[in-house]
Amino acid sequence: MTIPTTTPRKLRLPTPRNLGYSFGWTGRIGIAIIIFWAIVALVGNWLTPYPVGKIVDWDYFGGVSAKYWMGTDYLGRDIFSRVLMGARYTVGIALAAVTLACTLGVILGMIAAVIGGWFDTLLSRLLDAFNGIPSLLFGLVVVAAVGSSIPVLVWTLAAIYMPGAYRFARALAVNINTMDFVTVARARGEGTPYMITFEIFPNILGPVLADFGLRFVFIVLVLSGLSFLGLGVQPPYADWGALVRENIEGLSLGAPAVIFPCIAIASLTISVNMFIDNLPTKIRDRAE
Amino acid sequence: MLWSTTTWRLIGQRLGIALITLVIVSFAVFFATEMLPGDVAQILLGQAATPEAVAGLREAMGLNEPAFQRFLGWLVGLATGDMGRSYVNDIEVVDLLGGRLQNSLRLAGIVTVICVPVALTLGIIAAMFRGSWLDRAVSVATISVISVPEFMVATLSVLVFAVWLGWLPALSYGVNVDSIGAMLRAYAMPVITLSFVVAAQMIRMTRAAVIETIETPYVEMALLKGASKLRMVLVHALPNALGPIANAVALSLSYLVGGVIIVETVFNYPGVAKLMVDAVATRDLPLIQSCAMVFCVSYLTLITLADMIAILSNPRLRQ
Repeated sequence: MTIPTTTPRKLRLPTPRNLGYSFGWTGRIGIAIIIFWAIVALVGNWLTPYPVGKIVDWDYFGGVSAKYWMGTDYLGRDIFSRVLMGARYTVGIALAAVTLACTLGVILGMIAAVIGGWFDTLLSRLLDAFNGIPSLLFGLVVVAAVGSSIPVLVWTLAAIYMPGAYRFARALAVNINTMDFVTVARARGEGTPYMITFEIFPNILGPVLADFGLRFVFIVLVLSGLSFLGLGVQPPYADWGALVRENIEGLSLGAPAVIFPCIAIASLTISVNMFIDNLPTKIRDRAE
Repeated sequence: MLWSTTTWRLIGQRLGIALITLVIVSFAVFFATEMLPGDVAQILLGQAATPEAVAGLREAMGLNEPAFQRFLGWLVGLATGDMGRSYVNDIEVVDLLGGRLQNSLRLAGIVTVICVPVALTLGIIAAMFRGSWLDRAVSVATISVISVPEFMVATLSVLVFAVWLGWLPALSYGVNVDSIGAMLRAYAMPVITLSFVVAAQMIRMTRAAVIETIETPYVEMALLKGASKLRMVLVHALPNALGPIANAVALSLSYLVGGVIIVETVFNYPGVAKLMVDAVATRDLPLIQSCAMVFCVSYLTLITLADMIAILSNPRLRQ
């Protein structure tokens, strides 16, 4: 009889790589760009070389130069300063809206999954109906009705994307709800608030965060679209979509004033997508 | 077995859900536009109007009736084709919509005819040669198009085709469409932009649908028994992926609804979306409501169609 020799186990340190939490290089580039825009959104007003609304150049649609890094716009204002300040509106409004949408959606979704019954059916049907309205159209109708201001934009965008967040969180929570530890907690007599905060939520957190990121991208796209139509952020403020709209006349001149805001939007949305796509499976699919 | 009672029941159920959704959506559209601050009669008559005139107009427009009653009246009107009169230019909304709808449908039709074959071919090829440079190139291109706003695709196409290459006019308004060449040039930019947006979605979904089928055991079996890759995909996998692909096509066509709003505005194309954006600018409520309903109905039709195709093509959903 042979005694199985114990091979000396290789020491495995709990580094992110060994735990399965490391990112691919595309994910790292993505997160770097996201952090860059987040910082710009926070401190952008101290970085602008010129005051945002100030006409600094007599020449409109000026090209890229050492003085004006991204050229000048249709009034001769510095585009670099305007893009830096635009980050605040685009990122800020989108972040506020997505936070509202996901918080409300996820809480309602978890409650629906835990309570079930007619509450679940009714809420799901109602919110599915709202999913049947094309998002940009929803925005158009609301803006037509109540006019455009930043709080209106935040709430409208949140309302558009809340049903989707609800549906996603509910589907995940329903799965968790059938697990044994949930049954045990229910047998212990725990109430709904305890169930959703301590039993369900920690177990759907990863996928919910990934969904949060994707929804952020959708909101940035719809917000830019609304601003581009002139129905989003109103002058004198301008987000990136509004910057493209203001300078669209410069398109036929190939002006940098219209190209750089476009690049800003694309860099943000593509990097969020890249980051989410490369999230470690351990975070993204933990509930599956 | 395709038309068993279960199938009919499921289809009926889906249609019922679509109908309920439509009612809720029309409710939302009606009351969102009713929230307009200020009095419609006052706005129409201007600041100088006497209170009597405003009261008279309110009475004539039926604004004194309860909101719910007006909602029902509006709904019945919609169903019978009476959409009210435009506030701004006092023309029947139906007359305003008719020609515009035709224009938008023509645009959507051309885009569909171009997109479907191109997207299906690219999607299937990308799935067949998964992981190859072609697949990666297609994936990167589609992700880039999906992650940027529609107006950016439009802006870039103008920049490339009209400004740098100089092949096409940047805007389509005011162009006489009396010759084939002129018509082609007028439609080219909106069609190119919309095709990019819709095709990107369609390619991604088609690729995913085909890959899912290729990974099933029976397709692997076909490969193991020695069938060529082409035969494996075309004969074994594709017939079973047709349902999901048709579903993907219908779903991606629903992106036309959002895309068309931006594209018609950018290129000044005289369609329903342009009409609606202009109506939003002038706060012409009956027009906004009707346009919104046109969009919601087309969107819902496409989504419901996609669901029904999924039900019909998957026997497991019918049991």
